[in-house]
Amino acid sequence: MNKSVFLGALTVAGLAAGAAAAATLDDIKARGNLNCGVNTGLVGFAAPDANGNWQGFDVAVCRAVAAAVLGDPQAVEFTPLTGKTRFTALASGEVDMLSRNTTWTLTRDVDLKNTFVGVNYYDGQGFIVPKELGVTSAKELAGATVCIQTGTTTELNLAEFFRVNNMDYEPVPIETNAEAQQQYLAGACDTYTTDASGLAATRASFENPGDHVILPEIISKEPLGPLVRHGDEEWSDIVRWTLNALIAAEELGVTSANVAEMASEPTNNPEINRMLGTEGNLGEMLGLDADWAVNAISAGGNYGELFEKHIGENTPIGLARGLNAQWTDGGLLYAPPFR
Amino acid sequence: MTALTEPPKESFRLSMLIYDTRYRSMTIQVVALIGFMLVAAWLINNTIVNLNALGKPVEFGFFTEPASYDINQKLIEYDNQDSHMRASFVGLLNTLLVAVLGCATATIVGVLVGVLRLSSNWLVSRIMAVYVEMFRNVPVLLWIVLAMAILIESLPRPSAFRGDEPDATMKVFDSVALTNRGVYIPEPLFTRSLGNIHLFGDSALRFDISIDLIVFLLILGGSIYAARRITAWANATQERTGERPRIWHINLAVLFLPTIALLAALGFHLGYPSLQGFNFQGGIHMRNSLIALWLALSLYTAAFIAEIVRGGILAISGGQTEAAAALGLRPRRITSLVVLPQALRVIIPPLISHYLNLTKNSSLAIAVGYMDITGTLGGITMNQTGRELECVLLLMLVYLTISLIISAVMNVYNNRVKLVER
Amino acid sequence: MSSTHGDTVRYVRDTMLPEQEPPVTSTGIIGWGRENLFRGPFNTVVTIVSLLFIYYVLAGVLPWVFQSVWFADSLGECREIATATWGESHGHACWAVIRERWLQLLFGFYPSELYWRPILAFVLLLVALAPVLFPWAPNKLLWVSAAYPFLMPWLMWGGTIWSPLLVAVGFAILILGTRYLSEMVGSLGAVILATLAAVVWWLFLVGPISSALSGALPIGLEAMESRDFGGFMLSILIGVVAIGCSLPIGIVLALGRQSDLLIVKSICVGFIEFIRGVPLITLLFVASTLLNIFMPPGTDFDIILRVMIMVTLFASAYMAEVIRGGLAALPKGQYEGADSLGLDYWQAQRLIIMPQALKISIPGIVSTFIGVFKDTTLVSIIGLLDPIGLTNAIRADAAWNGIYWELFAFIALLFFIFCFGMSRYSMYLERRLKTDHS
Repeated sequence: MNKSVFLGALTVAGLAAGAAAAATLDDIKARGNLNCGVNTGLVGFAAPDANGNWQGFDVAVCRAVAAAVLGDPQAVEFTPLTGKTRFTALASGEVDMLSRNTTWTLTRDVDLKNTFVGVNYYDGQGFIVPKELGVTSAKELAGATVCIQTGTTTELNLAEFFRVNNMDYEPVPIETNAEAQQQYLAGACDTYTTDASGLAATRASFENPGDHVILPEIISKEPLGPLVRHGDEEWSDIVRWTLNALIAAEELGVTSANVAEMASEPTNNPEINRMLGTEGNLGEMLGLDADWAVNAISAGGNYGELFEKHIGENTPIGLARGLNAQWTDGGLLYAPPFR
Repeated sequence: MTALTEPPKESFRLSMLIYDTRYRSMTIQVVALIGFMLVAAWLINNTIVNLNALGKPVEFGFFTEPASYDINQKLIEYDNQDSHMRASFVGLLNTLLVAVLGCATATIVGVLVGVLRLSSNWLVSRIMAVYVEMFRNVPVLLWIVLAMAILIESLPRPSAFRGDEPDATMKVFDSVALTNRGVYIPEPLFTRSLGNIHLFGDSALRFDISIDLIVFLLILGGSIYAARRITAWANATQERTGERPRIWHINLAVLFLPTIALLAALGFHLGYPSLQGFNFQGGIHMRNSLIALWLALSLYTAAFIAEIVRGGILAISGGQTEAAAALGLRPRRITSLVVLPQALRVIIPPLISHYLNLTKNSSLAIAVGYMDITGTLGGITMNQTGRELECVLLLMLVYLTISLIISAVMNVYNNRVKLVER
Repeated sequence: MSSTHGDTVRYVRDTMLPEQEPPVTSTGIIGWGRENLFRGPFNTVVTIVSLLFIYYVLAGVLPWVFQSVWFADSLGECREIATATWGESHGHACWAVIRERWLQLLFGFYPSELYWRPILAFVLLLVALAPVLFPWAPNKLLWVSAAYPFLMPWLMWGGTIWSPLLVAVGFAILILGTRYLSEMVGSLGAVILATLAAVVWWLFLVGPISSALSGALPIGLEAMESRDFGGFMLSILIGVVAIGCSLPIGIVLALGRQSDLLIVKSICVGFIEFIRGVPLITLLFVASTLLNIFMPPGTDFDIILRVMIMVTLFASAYMAEVIRGGLAALPKGQYEGADSLGLDYWQAQRLIIMPQALKISIPGIVSTFIGVFKDTTLVSIIGLLDPIGLTNAIRADAAWNGIYWELFAFIALLFFIFCFGMSRYSMYLERRLKTDHS
């Protein structure tokens, strides 16, 4: 009897605490920094440099959100997460958002109780093979030894691809991209499969990139994007619209170089004005300052600038925009209107 | 619970619960039990509240869903449409496989190194000391990763075997291929096979046992038993008459003829690996991940076992050896009849704990992609289903069971060794 | 006798011959070699094979280690320099990566201007351990040992100095309360009251008082987040915290396991066997995915703290077994002696049993520490950036993508130096303790 009363009291206390924890934005403001979960190390997307500063395309999204919320792109604490720990870290509140090349799937959205706020990179799973193998299509890979990175959707896609095409294969599961690269180069597997962006980045770092080809088949859709946990719509809106602001800024020609100038007085494009806060009160609706988007864009630049800086064609990774071009250029990036 | 401390009739005072030694132990135990249960209840309650808040109630339904991932090394049949439970079972067998292989190798290497460390040859004992210190003082995870890297970097890739003048050739009369994807060795095949016994129907635990293997083992066991009986008879004759009958040729025949006859009857032949397509086909494929894990775990554990063996041998006082020598025993017999039986008693208990350690360390398989139970149940399954609590609990349960079984078996053995003591 | 001898023997030597040098072949380096390397044909063969083996290993490793590139900004540059200098002969180490990243491998993301803090904490650790480790250390150092558990977290995590001070005051309350209250309410009552007082102090008073004090007198260090910890600092920190905290828990568990109280005993045995029966990695999975779920909703320990908790639990089970060994090694007479002096259980433990049992256990404790220290590398599997975790992060830097052996060689070397040093020390300690007892 006594015990059930005690447990009941604890439960009530617990529920109260749970409800209190829901206001992520207030927590972040009180704390003074954003906790962002990133990859433990993925070339171009997230890696610490020699001074311990995290760099990369995914990292830049975190910095933009921190800039939008707190006005300071450096006010981010990065938590490196593995494929295994990422969702629990988000669910338990250890990180406020996850920007860790995570594929948006129904299970992850619904069953694992996450909210994907958008897509910052449209990817797909591909194969890389050495040229000397003479393989030109993934359909010719019957009997091949395939290196895969575990902890992702890739192993499921792979199993499905080979099953559907009635082919045998030998999977070699590997924990990290760096290990996979080593095994592939040593010839311990015939082909390495992961997201095409990862393949391009991996290939770029080879001694002789020309000796390897990425096969034309893309066997899956991998929309990678930032996500937050279920249940705090205010917070998910902020992350969603920060990402949208980065994308829209590129479309509208707002860059880190001219954003301060554009924000100083209203321009003749009302959408820019609404986004940058010189017109309307979009920032207030989000619970942020009026110059939230200005901060987000000046943190590292608009989407295009971030892309060019971290993974674009002038970096060692050398990814083309492809699907990740603006819709006006035939890509899939299409930010909803700021209105 | 308080009923346990109910007072015995007349002169009971409450303070007696604390000050009377008759009741004090009871009081402490009840307090401890209540405290323990409160803590447990608190933890469980927290868990339930948290999981409800996350919308993930504890349920094991996912366990029968299709796993939809592939496992390269499987001792039993498995494909990606089988359930998560089946995948876990495959992983469990892989754990046991590497644990058994590792323990056996670690023991052999450990005993060898332990004895060689006491060698009179300075160079040999130094090399062994360097080996022991090197392996003991660097984390096993690092050794596993390094072993894998060495295998991958130093062995030729399968394509090196191709062409008219290949860079690499198969070893041992063209029967063994050492590649950086693993080692391919010939497999035993039977043209007139007796088939398989199918166990556990269609459940997730189903597996096949080859009747050929069972028959082979039965006959081999029978031969060994017969040979031992013959030896015992020879010993008895020697005791009685002082003359030992010549039996080695009989023993040899008893040991080998029946099995050879059986193999011939079953149509035994070897299936050799050969390069087809991307990989070698046929033969038994021992993957790199298995070999790396096996090597690293057994060499690492062997370094500890070597120290135990050395300590055990040194613990036998010199007088024993000298007394044995005075009895006219030759050095080898001194070791096998006097030193080892006594040293074993010192060696066995720590040896058990190192077997346990090796089994537990095999969970690091995840670092080289060997699909043991941590890689399947605690790895991909946990990852894909998002059922961390259920998976981790099951995983712990499995390891706990394995550990308890090993220590139980070894304790039985330990007690038998101990009984000999006078 | 001598006369008859003189008659029968023609010649008797009456002066000693000067002692001759032993033959060249049995002294000096030749003699040593004959004795230890080339005794008999079998030994000779073994020696030659060993020499060949050593030559083969060294010939493979040494050129790689010494014909190496120290100054480069990326792996590609390393390769260019190596090819330009030595041609395409064999592998060349690219130590440039270590030169660029060694501070990160040692300290993780700790800000470089604050490196003095972990270094000082490490030096103080040695000072604090000195009374235990070295018999000649002055006893006054025990004060450092007592202060260290409060000083170390303050140095590492920073923040106001008042919190650790006030936590220490709680222990003072505990000790003084036990000592002075016992005259009023009896020893058991004193313990209970003092514990209650200390718990109330810790839970409800330390927080407000410390914030009030730091408001009035802000003395403190810059606060650090534990996610900035990484590299070897993280390994050592987890190891030290785990061993430090597991010592008291281990003592309690060992006593519980030895006790006659059935329920207490079974709880302790259950805990110890459970922890020892599962691999550390599963406990780390608990730390990374489940521990927050076990805590009241809203609790958010950061991952490093959670790992420390789980590794502490892990270490305490092993520690309990080590201490149990120490207790078992104590002669029965010591227990009986304590009883005959009229000491109660806790007095006997505190004054007679524990000091001796712990002393016997020190080598075991050191080897447990070595084991835990090595096992901290497992945290890389759950994504913490310990040295091995950092190798992945470093290789994800486009400049060093593809580098391998250099990083692992460096890490292995550091681990080896640490662990080898400690195991040598533990052996020395064992010898010293042995002579004490004979």
